[in-house]
Amino acid sequence: MAKPATSRKTPAKAAAGDDNFELRSLHDAHLANPRYSASDAELLAFYEQMLLIRRFEEKAGQLYGLGLIGGFCHLYIGQEAVAVGLQSALRPGHDSVITGYRDHGHMLAYGIDPKVIMAELTGRGAGISRGKGGSMHMFSTTHKFYGGHGIVGAQVPLGAGLAFGHQYRDDGGLCLAYFGDGAANQGQVYEAFNMAALWKLPIVFVVENNGYAMGTAVTRGSAETHFYRRGTAFRIPGMHVNGMDVLEVRAAAEVAFAHVRGGKGPVLMELQTYRYRGHSMSDPAKYRTREEVQEMREKHDPIDAAKTELLARGMTEEKLKELEKQIRGKVGEAADFAENSPEPDPPELYTDILVERY
Amino acid sequence: MGIELKMPALSPTMEEGTLAKWLVKEGDTVKSGDILAEIETDKATMEFEAVDEGVIGKIMVAEGAENVKVGTVIAVMSGEGEETHPHPHPQPHPQASGEPVAQPAAAEPLAAASPLPPVGEAGGGPAAKSANADPAIPAGTNMATVTVREALRDAMAEEMRRDGRVFVMGEEVAQYQGAYKVTQGLLDEFGPKRVIDTPITEYGFAGIGTGAAMGGLRPIVEFMTFNFAMQAIDHVINSAAKTNYMSGGQMRCPIVFRGPNGAASRVGAQHSQNFGPWYASVPGLIVIAPYDAADAKGLLKAAIRSDDPVVFLENELIYGRSFELPELDDHVLPIGKARIMRAGSDVTIVSYSIGVGLSLEAAATLAGEGIEAEVLDLRTLRPLDREAVLTSLAKTNRLVIAEEGWPTCSIASEVMAICMEDGFDDLDAPVLRVCNEDVPLPYAANLEKLALIDAARIAATVRKVCGR
Repeated sequence: MAKPATSRKTPAKAAAGDDNFELRSLHDAHLANPRYSASDAELLAFYEQMLLIRRFEEKAGQLYGLGLIGGFCHLYIGQEAVAVGLQSALRPGHDSVITGYRDHGHMLAYGIDPKVIMAELTGRGAGISRGKGGSMHMFSTTHKFYGGHGIVGAQVPLGAGLAFGHQYRDDGGLCLAYFGDGAANQGQVYEAFNMAALWKLPIVFVVENNGYAMGTAVTRGSAETHFYRRGTAFRIPGMHVNGMDVLEVRAAAEVAFAHVRGGKGPVLMELQTYRYRGHSMSDPAKYRTREEVQEMREKHDPIDAAKTELLARGMTEEKLKELEKQIRGKVGEAADFAENSPEPDPPELYTDILVERY
Repeated sequence: MGIELKMPALSPTMEEGTLAKWLVKEGDTVKSGDILAEIETDKATMEFEAVDEGVIGKIMVAEGAENVKVGTVIAVMSGEGEETHPHPHPQPHPQASGEPVAQPAAAEPLAAASPLPPVGEAGGGPAAKSANADPAIPAGTNMATVTVREALRDAMAEEMRRDGRVFVMGEEVAQYQGAYKVTQGLLDEFGPKRVIDTPITEYGFAGIGTGAAMGGLRPIVEFMTFNFAMQAIDHVINSAAKTNYMSGGQMRCPIVFRGPNGAASRVGAQHSQNFGPWYASVPGLIVIAPYDAADAKGLLKAAIRSDDPVVFLENELIYGRSFELPELDDHVLPIGKARIMRAGSDVTIVSYSIGVGLSLEAAATLAGEGIEAEVLDLRTLRPLDREAVLTSLAKTNRLVIAEEGWPTCSIASEVMAICMEDGFDDLDAPVLRVCNEDVPLPYAANLEKLALIDAARIAATVRKVCGR
């Protein structure tokens, strides 16, 4: 039996002839002012965060090779500008972040201690999930970082639920929900789009389009490869953003977040990016050419670009070398901690299954 | 000869209804499609239309009559040009609300498919009354008579008054007042912010509810039935049940997934399945499947207060049954504790949900044969009350499990394993189980009846373990 078409919130106007809805309105606003005018200190901070992610992930790759990290381990190398550019515009501890299994970068960009992340990767009791989650399942409720989810696409409705919580409590927060071009083909993503738009939930959906769903190039797996258009059916405005330039990402974030914070409902951002490494550590990446990867690394690397810009602004090589040294030290310390911390005590096997005793 | 107008069955599980209003009077001429009366079922108010043309002769059941059983002649109509004759049947006396559902009319296929024990009499022997008293309820508490449906609604309303973080979401829970009327009145009291109609999108709203719980709210997610929750089972298991463990205890997920579970009536295989064993196999979940109104209310309140994710399995066929419910300000029962519904010394029947009523019915029959069966209602399927099972087994030395569900990898299998592992020395006979047939549930009334457990089969199996 058909139910009257009413909802708890004023629904997005869906009447025929509603010409006011402009799919690309936010994208046009972004194009009008495509790069964030960062202060030197801000740009340096972005550079530092991106470099921390890069060096952390390189170290994680080494530890995996040494057998210290097991299972699946998905590195974020190449995509650093996305997490840093977006999350620098969030309010840590106030706005929520949720992502899939490629989560190390998003955690570092939210200020979570590299030591407890690396110790989780090595499966130690001092890890952020006490060694029981692993690379794909890490959380920090104090930072409002809600995982770290291993089922492709599951984080999208979960993120809509976090946004629902912000709206329910009227706390002014928003949720940033990351997923990949592969997850963008999961049905539940669109179920979440529908309800998020219907209820005007404060959520920014972010497709990190790195070109490959595991080994399947987007053109082989997606009928619509312009992922920012995928919200059109739900009247969610889309933005297409260069994910290899941290200042472009940050500028786009400003536009998207202002829209969402204004109570206007969700935004779908597509961040064009690239991962240099395989899908996971066990991926030989035979589905793409070495030249393609080299081209991206040499011509489009977000960290190199930030470095060039810093130097152009008068930052000295020495200062950047000093920073690099500090970061290597921090990552080395995290790796030592992760290697030398003990494994979880066997009784931990039985803890944290239920909260209460029955 | 006049045409008999009979109380219609307006839903698969309707057994009786209220004749709310006559829209025609004696002597009126009606044609096909005219609305004759408004009939209230336990779910909704429905219009009753004329199928034939004719003149309303005698109105047999007056406006406002309650508990009019399906199939009762409510009026007699003459065909065109015919005289009307008062129908010779005496008008059935409308029952007081909450009285036992008596032997259903033959025209009612539901009753034939799954016999419902007369509530209140089902316990049988004199021991029943005292034995089924829940130890969690103080002696001398006043008892009210309410349906399971009302008990569930009251549990949600009380918890929503108590805690602003509690909200209800699901298909048709708000404006429609619940597909099975369980959320009736909640929208009026709590408003659309806390009683939320969702689109038909189980995977999506189960995920949204789970995310809201992770973010600190206390959602009650209603599945119209648990058959549809299969679309959402990924979030129930992978997102809700495992996150506390995977996060080393950081991420709580205090959510209740609730709705009807198990076979309904004549709705076929895709709408008739008991998911109790599925969910009960998952560490990190609490699984509750109550039988009567007191347990439905007390355990749903406990589920909403729990910091753990709970799957709360109701049964559509029990929603309308009335039971005694303690009149307490805050009736909350312990999760994970079974309850002796009927004390007995010769054999234990372990069951849960709708199987409890059938077991009580079987126990009443067996008492007449000199077999005193103890009926144990598990109430919670995970964590399962092993101790209660083993204690009863130690007392009776014989045990049968009655489960409205498939036998393979069932709760019955689990209870049998418990008896083998920890109760072997107490066994005087092999443990046997009575489950549904190992087939998808058929539609045809006779086949459906053959597929489902009933009291006769439970009694026969008990006789077997008792050597009779």
